[in-house]
Amino acid sequence: MNKHPLAGAAARLKVNIEHKSFRSSNGGAIDVLQDLQFEVAQNEFACILGPSGCGKTTTLRILLGLEHDYRGTIQLPGVAQARMGAVFQEPTLLPWRTVEENVRLAMPRQQRQASLDTLFGQLGLSSMRNFYPGELSLGLARRAAIARALAIEPDILLLDEPFVSLDEATAQQLRYLLMTVWSERPTTALMVTHNLQEAIMLSDRIIVLSERPAHVIGTFDIRLPRQYRSEQVKADLLRSFNEKFAGTRNAP
Amino acid sequence: MGYAVTDSERVEAPPVAAPSRWSSPVMVVLSFAVLLVAWHVGATLWPSRSFPAPLSVLQTFISETASGDLPYNLAITLWRVAAAFFLAMTIGSVIGVLLGNHARADQFFNPWLILFLNIPALVIIVLAYIWFGLNEAAAIGAVAVNKIPNVVVTMREGTRALDPRYAEMAKVYRLGAFDRLRHVLLPQLQPYIAASSRSGVALIWKIVLVVELLGRSNGVGFQINLFFQLFDVAAILAYTLAFVAVMLFIELVVVQPLEQTSTRWRRRAA
Repeated sequence: MNKHPLAGAAARLKVNIEHKSFRSSNGGAIDVLQDLQFEVAQNEFACILGPSGCGKTTTLRILLGLEHDYRGTIQLPGVAQARMGAVFQEPTLLPWRTVEENVRLAMPRQQRQASLDTLFGQLGLSSMRNFYPGELSLGLARRAAIARALAIEPDILLLDEPFVSLDEATAQQLRYLLMTVWSERPTTALMVTHNLQEAIMLSDRIIVLSERPAHVIGTFDIRLPRQYRSEQVKADLLRSFNEKFAGTRNAP
Repeated sequence: MGYAVTDSERVEAPPVAAPSRWSSPVMVVLSFAVLLVAWHVGATLWPSRSFPAPLSVLQTFISETASGDLPYNLAITLWRVAAAFFLAMTIGSVIGVLLGNHARADQFFNPWLILFLNIPALVIIVLAYIWFGLNEAAAIGAVAVNKIPNVVVTMREGTRALDPRYAEMAKVYRLGAFDRLRHVLLPQLQPYIAASSRSGVALIWKIVLVVELLGRSNGVGFQINLFFQLFDVAAILAYTLAFVAVMLFIELVVVQPLEQTSTRWRRRAA
């Protein structure tokens, strides 16, 4: 049914999901994805933007190998088995392991002893290494989850609304942090979000999805480097985005 | 450059709760002292050979210990308890986790489970001795079989309560089988393991006594049967109390500290 061809070195992420549906408990089928096709170039930061409940998370779960019952092909970057760094909607840290143990556990065995000082320093977690997740605020737990995803030196970074349910100041601080650490070790990255401002701030390209069953309405490329995206530029980008997708999507 | 952690982001641990007055050692000693005095008063008011005073039980305890009988039989029984406990916990946990993970298998084997839960311990012991002979393996096996269904039921509930998000995290980050067991599965099952261990030890030691009474020539159960025929209540009580004391010691010195270490991540709550 589904093919997961990982053979051969491929630099790009190629997604071609022909069909994905869920069976509801009363027996009916809900079509979630239909002819969803997009690509992400190597070391590009892409955002999937779409209305709530349109199948963004399902797409990400298919890429993560957590959903198998779909029709189509996906090709992950990297040789053989792509190493995936995932930041889930919730931090999903093991509560019975400290922050550092959580991060090290995700790393391949031969790398477990590697120094994490730089990464923890950049994410402001140096003093929190021996804390248990239950002792952290949501913002700090999210940082730990980002640290875990980056510590494995992933071929692809997959983020599922990593800044949701944080207050705006904390979310903004975390976005800057993510950009700082990602720019130092760029990888192909795909982030699911419903926040257009966030997508404009972070991404090289925005992939806009339709209502369910989701397919790609269009993409919006931002070629300007992030450090030049001032408030004025972001407002301009927002306006041209809304012009481009005026008919298909309500501006936020 | 790192970002400083703001005060509002840091979560303060709640103050450590003062230990409950009822669990303080003073209260435990006082409580046992009152029981002893009541026993002594009762035995003095109604003197009888079948209701010895605490002092005569102590005397029997000392003489049995000096002769070496009590330590020997106690050690034998403890070893049987430990072996049966280990067997029952291991086999029961494996079956419980499998049934909790596979609904179809659970539906199929559930009637078996109910059957085994309801077979009296005595029947299993007698059958084990008839089929496998009056030997150590049959004795320990019979005790384990008695306990396994209880462990299965508890561990099955524990497995159903597992958080799938952790399993998905483990899958995405490609944790090895050993890491999954040690860092993902066992910590989640820990409360269920603790619960079935607690009830397990108490149940197993009682069944071990029956096994020893029916088909072994040593151990606390065998001794108690002997003293029953001699009508020596002081000796029966001496052996029983000695064993209970050992179990209490294990609980206080091994189980509780172990539990505290393994749950220290729970926000330093009591």
